[in-house]
Amino acid sequence: MGQDAIHDLTAAYALNALDAHEEAEYEAHLGRCAGCRGELASFQTTAASLAYAVDAPAPSPALRDRILAQAKVERSNLIEFPRRRWLVPVASGAAAAAAVVAVSLGLWAASLSSSLDDEREARYGQERVLALMADPAAEAFPVNGAQGTLVVASGREGALILQNLKAAPEGKIYEAWVSRDGKEMLRAATFVARGGATVVPLSRPVPAGGLVAVTVEDEPVDEPTGKPIFTADTA
Amino acid sequence: MTVLAFPVPAHRVVKMRIRKEHAHLSDEALVALVARSDEAALAELYDRYGRIAFGLALRVLRDRTLAEDAVQDALLTVWRSATRFVPERASARTWILTLVHRRAVDLVRREQHRRTEPYEAIELSAAPDSTDETALLSLERARVQEALKKLSDQQREAIELAYYGGFTQSELAERLGEPLGTIKSRMFNGLARLRDMLQEAVPEEEEWDRTRSTT
Repeated sequence: MGQDAIHDLTAAYALNALDAHEEAEYEAHLGRCAGCRGELASFQTTAASLAYAVDAPAPSPALRDRILAQAKVERSNLIEFPRRRWLVPVASGAAAAAAVVAVSLGLWAASLSSSLDDEREARYGQERVLALMADPAAEAFPVNGAQGTLVVASGREGALILQNLKAAPEGKIYEAWVSRDGKEMLRAATFVARGGATVVPLSRPVPAGGLVAVTVEDEPVDEPTGKPIFTADTA
Repeated sequence: MTVLAFPVPAHRVVKMRIRKEHAHLSDEALVALVARSDEAALAELYDRYGRIAFGLALRVLRDRTLAEDAVQDALLTVWRSATRFVPERASARTWILTLVHRRAVDLVRREQHRRTEPYEAIELSAAPDSTDETALLSLERARVQEALKKLSDQQREAIELAYYGGFTQSELAERLGEPLGTIKSRMFNGLARLRDMLQEAVPEEEEWDRTRSTT
């Protein structure tokens, strides 16, 4: 799809009128196009106004209770992961240096899937990675198959910090996965690299002894369709 | 600097309910509290947007149970991912309603419950209660409907079928027997016109909202 055609998808995206493939393509484009990000923000505000044009009967009073009860359950289910004995203080390591470079240059891979817009996502990613770097108990693990480091904080929040990763091929995206056992893979990030330093915050905790893998996909998928192009193992 | 049009916040006049300690806070402040797992803040966001969210989901899904599921899923997404919200990029209202719409569209595509006629009257108890809250919703509804009416018939049709019907642009092209490019243009030009009209019509007394929504 040509660039002009891609820009034209902004309204359809704001109206949620793209199919999965078009959506992935547009989201990959968003990461590279500040103009579209700005336009999308205003279009999403307009689209949300359309919610007001329809009649709004009251939902059942039980809905409020159900939502609040479920929120309470989810809150109490937050799992504390055990700390590991051999902790590599990351603040003095190569990972920290890479992250500082990445922060200062503003080179952040936006995690795009299911986000309202990726600039927000990128900023969130920055905050998360900065918090992660500030954790004196964070651990660093080498990446196999690419230049980079997996950083995992004591709360098991993780980020991939990658050097010189080529941009995803035209029409493709990178997806990062976390896995406890190397079998069941859970999607943790969707990103397109831009060369230089790429920082990918992971949306899921990295289980102790688990691994992180990155695959190349045509669109956001629920499980990897091919072999990882690189991995980082915490075992 | 763009001044965006927002409805008068319903919570300013809504009658007292349980747990109203957050009633004075902006939507964005509430989201910040939700990010810290404050359940009362989530309750307050629900009180502000639950009804409009349900109305939207019901319009797309035409099924009360599914619509409530969509609202519940979206509000729990707010609960789980509020730490990711950045108010400079979009208002909390836009974020929440986008999540609700996204979820409703996913469900309607899965359930094949989609209906085809835009603005078909919803055969449910849509008669407004005589509260200030619903009066404000009615005002905002009239404003948006008025703007929709000013679009060309073709633009309105494309936008309504996409947003309320859950059709993709390709499905619309097929359904309407038009080239995809034509459908894209109608959606783009129509939404751009709506944006311009809705931005213009900010009533004077919405000072509180204006300071909040200037981006």
